[in-house]
Amino acid sequence: MVRFVARRLAAGVVLLFVISFLSYVLLSLPGTDVGRQLLGQSAAQELVDAKNHELGLDQPILTQYWNWLVAALQGDFGKSWFTSESVLRAIGNRLPVTLSLMIGVTLITAVVSFAVGIWAGVRRGVVDRALQIFAVLGYALPGFLVTLVLVLVFAVQLRWFPAIGYISIDRSFVGWLSTVTLPIIALSIGSIAGTSQQVRGSVIEVMRQDYVRTLRARGLPMRTILIRHVLRNASAPALTVLGMQFVGLLGGAVIVEQIFGLPGIGSMAVKYTTRGDIPIIMGLVMVTVVGVIIINLLVDIIIGWLNPKARVA
Amino acid sequence: MSAQDQSLLTVQDLHVSFPGRGWRAQPKEVLKGINLDVRPGETLGLVGESGSGKTTIGRAILGLAPVASGSIRFDGEEIVHANPRRRRELARDIQVIFQDPYTSLNPSLTIGDTLSEPLLAQGLSRDEARSHVAELLTSVNLPADAADRLPREFSGGQRQRVAIARALAIKPRLIVCDEPVSALDLTTQRTVLDLLLKIQRETGVALLFISHDLAVVRAMSHRVAVIHRGLIVEFGQADVVTSDPTDPYTQRLLLAAPVPNPAKQRERRAELEKVRERERAMQAAAGAEAGR
Amino acid sequence: MTQLTPADVSSPNESAAPASAPPRSGVRAPLRNPLGMISIILLALVVLPAIFAPFLAPQSPELAELGRAFEGPQPGHLFGFDSAGRDVLSRIVFGARYTLGGAALALGVALVLGVPTGLLAGYYGKWFDSLSTWATNLIMSLPAMVVLLAARAILGPTVWVLMVIMGVLVAPSFFRLTRGIVANVRGELYVDAARVSGLPDWRIIGRHVLIVVRAPIIIQVALVAGVAIGLQAGLEFLGISSGSMPTWGAMLNEAFQNIQRAPMLLLWPGLALGITSSCLVLLAAALRDVLEDRGAEPVGASAVKAAVAPVSMAPDAPGRAGLLSVRDLKVAYTLPGGGDKEIVHGIDLDIAPGEVLGLVGESGSGKTQTAFAILGILPEGGRISAGSITINGQEVRGMPDAARRGLRGDVVAYVPQEPMSNLDPSFTIGSQLIEPIRYKLGLSRKDARAKAIDLLRLVEIADPERTMDLHPHEISGGMAQRVLIAGAMSCDPALLIADEPTTALDVTVQAEVLELLRKLQRDRGLGVLLVTHNLGVVADLCDTVAVMQHGVIVERGTVTDVFDHPQDPYTLKLMGAVLDGSETREAWHAPLEVAK
Repeated sequence: MVRFVARRLAAGVVLLFVISFLSYVLLSLPGTDVGRQLLGQSAAQELVDAKNHELGLDQPILTQYWNWLVAALQGDFGKSWFTSESVLRAIGNRLPVTLSLMIGVTLITAVVSFAVGIWAGVRRGVVDRALQIFAVLGYALPGFLVTLVLVLVFAVQLRWFPAIGYISIDRSFVGWLSTVTLPIIALSIGSIAGTSQQVRGSVIEVMRQDYVRTLRARGLPMRTILIRHVLRNASAPALTVLGMQFVGLLGGAVIVEQIFGLPGIGSMAVKYTTRGDIPIIMGLVMVTVVGVIIINLLVDIIIGWLNPKARVA
Repeated sequence: MSAQDQSLLTVQDLHVSFPGRGWRAQPKEVLKGINLDVRPGETLGLVGESGSGKTTIGRAILGLAPVASGSIRFDGEEIVHANPRRRRELARDIQVIFQDPYTSLNPSLTIGDTLSEPLLAQGLSRDEARSHVAELLTSVNLPADAADRLPREFSGGQRQRVAIARALAIKPRLIVCDEPVSALDLTTQRTVLDLLLKIQRETGVALLFISHDLAVVRAMSHRVAVIHRGLIVEFGQADVVTSDPTDPYTQRLLLAAPVPNPAKQRERRAELEKVRERERAMQAAAGAEAGR
Repeated sequence: MTQLTPADVSSPNESAAPASAPPRSGVRAPLRNPLGMISIILLALVVLPAIFAPFLAPQSPELAELGRAFEGPQPGHLFGFDSAGRDVLSRIVFGARYTLGGAALALGVALVLGVPTGLLAGYYGKWFDSLSTWATNLIMSLPAMVVLLAARAILGPTVWVLMVIMGVLVAPSFFRLTRGIVANVRGELYVDAARVSGLPDWRIIGRHVLIVVRAPIIIQVALVAGVAIGLQAGLEFLGISSGSMPTWGAMLNEAFQNIQRAPMLLLWPGLALGITSSCLVLLAAALRDVLEDRGAEPVGASAVKAAVAPVSMAPDAPGRAGLLSVRDLKVAYTLPGGGDKEIVHGIDLDIAPGEVLGLVGESGSGKTQTAFAILGILPEGGRISAGSITINGQEVRGMPDAARRGLRGDVVAYVPQEPMSNLDPSFTIGSQLIEPIRYKLGLSRKDARAKAIDLLRLVEIADPERTMDLHPHEISGGMAQRVLIAGAMSCDPALLIADEPTTALDVTVQAEVLELLRKLQRDRGLGVLLVTHNLGVVADLCDTVAVMQHGVIVERGTVTDVFDHPQDPYTLKLMGAVLDGSETREAWHAPLEVAK
């Protein structure tokens, strides 16, 4: 197990290096005159050159990347070109907002998907058909469209929740809850649609396995077989899907934070990327990729624990 | 006179290894030096249990398994390292019938398409191929209208006839039969075996007949080779190997298969127990020797 | 070797029933599916106006009359005006051009990148596979939205370039699909057969591989198109495009700015977007129904065979055997399309305590279904449609579930055919043995463990303590079958139902397992129902035998009687097909035209 985790971590580090290199080079390629953009059209050329020198932009791209990498390895991701704010601090301030969204969505998705998926897979019939319809719609409708409808109905028409804004959890828990509820629901719908469908499929698949029949022949009640054997074996593929949903959620968070005006890294991404603030973009890319690597590793570890055969491979 | 001079296919000191699973895993040696030969018009039976390597021998001859070392000569020509073009030409001479008639036919191609495939590959025109397909179907006792139907409309035994027809299509000199009847019911199995015997009489094709079932191999073969853990442990005339074997493993294999006659089966069981005891005694003796 | 006796349920269809001609054209097929039909019509209603926009739209999408801002629907302007006084209908029709065109471009790029690489990686494997799979994982760990935003920052608000990048980002879905299917097909025997037939690789790919990949890719195209449209509209909603273009996403953004003042503005672009993506996904579902069933085995296509009158040589009702007695048992399955299919047509069986009965038949004879019916574990859709089964004198038909469950394990135990698939891969051998023991006998964990170890010793497993902690994939098939027998013995049953218990095993292992079954039967006075196709196994183990064909028992008696003097024509045919002790062939002699 330790070797497995170590190998996956090593692969993750390699992935980080490759992505950081590619992102940096691609981001720097177009060669826009950052100094000129910062100081405005009327600024003197000497000042622009000085600015570019200060930012290290007069050096070759590979040197720039090297400098960034060395600093990053020491925990220094630089400062925003436009606001001079430390990248780490800027991201650190906004990460909790996005993280609380993600954790909320993942928990809700896991609980609801497993409940609904198992129910539909075991009972079939009407429940099953209702899930199918929900899954198709949840998959088909773009997340932000669903979000807009939720805002229109629950915030604008019914006024149950504020349409916009964020209250930090340490200021008021109820306030925080009222500001994140709609965003979490909006993000959950799509991922529940995908995950519950997968749970249903695996449950049906496992129920058909020979060993379930043999356990029945031993005289075990269906409930025991379901909880101990079916659930455990059906979990692995469902968790894989849940892990993949996470990457999609990051994209969804960008739009949802924008719509609800939440100060997370999603809305930050929109704001800074449109300006081409490379240090900030690099920081964001690194944070998301690290997040994805951690989630995938967690999923693999849980699957290995659930299914001993997967540990060998 | 040596058997070598007459043989159609000669396998010498054949080794096959498959790469191990995972990073830096040891390769797994499946064949550990196989020697055998097949003469024109002969059936060589190859018997072994699962994991013995019997299927791998067939696949190595067909160029479907990675040969580590050794030689496979067909009609005097070394074919282990035949290039892809030569390999395709060899299709004219060496054909195959696989075990599972359900997966050896493409479910979305009609029987006619499947059968004309080898003909077209050998450069026949579409019309020539079509008329030839009708002939082939008759030769394996299938109705001519079978050509327009899909495999799913046929039973296991009928599908296996199609597979035989495909192997026969370009009149090969050797057919590798890999467990051709083990997926079939007893009665169907008999008719397919009879068909193979009839075809061999008529065409003089040589068969390498691979099976786990000693009784089937006995009925089909002139000579029989027994393979165990990647090595040939016994090789000789069919009646000798299948009724009076000398190798202890072959003896065990022979006696382990139950016969449908309660009285005879009781005798067999007693005999098997004796062989087992002898083996155990030998192992114990060997163990004591090693311990000394 | 698992194919030796395919499940009895599916086999009746095997009897070469010429099914109705399969649909051979995939192009028009979705039109026959109502869901597909509706989706296609709705999509046409979106696509066609987009193509002919200049002729159909009431006015130019850019023509703004500020005075008419927020005006509602009126003749000539069916959807009303937006915040800048532009005609909403015109903007939606023109917007479809950019939205659909952008998605189509992304889709095209994804197809061109994903499918050929998937084909090569799946077919040839090796380094190309490793490399492309690695690249795919890399792309998939990037959040698409962030990458697109970054790309917009670098390349500027050029929608078409962004769509190309989006194509790259969704290409993995095609790559993975294609690679997976191709790698599977690559291992199929029919591809090996084609290679042995002398077909070059490109023809094998053309004939055997593409045909299999085609349908899933068409389905995936519809799915990804829906996703691409959503992503693209999302980008425009964020204001990523230049803003001058009328796109649905940009319209939604503008409507969202005015959500308090004119919520109706959300309706039209929202509907257009929602309907288009829903239709694409529904179309994918319809295509899946139509395309993916081809090549599959037809289910229950053949009609019920006329039942042959059962040869009843069994004693009459009063003389029912003490341990197991079956009278006029019929098993039927509900067909998916409604209606019933009877598989077992009224059979009688009797087993006295300590008697071993062999139930012999070929695949599709209904022997396994009979065993499942007695155990009460028929698969979904199957049921006992008539007859009576008594175990220890108790009628089990109509017995409540809990009581039925009480019988299973305690009185009747089951040994399955395929040892590996009958052990749960996620649990150790020990926990799979302990669980039913604790449930049925109410033992403590410690006592149950001790009992499980005893059971493993009983079935002659060399190192029971160590075996307890192993997982099923760590033991051999013969050992797994011993574990299953140990499980069946755990509550000391009186009747053992063994369904082809040695079919999946090698002959030498089979002999050992038969020896074990014989010993257990003798020591414990077990009654056994042994379901098998192997006449040798019957001769080895059974006292009596019943021969089954097409759901009917055609002959029964003691093994010696039936095997020495078979009466029924089918039994005769079976015995005649046996090869044991048959003549060997005459000696080989060189053919006349000996090779040079």
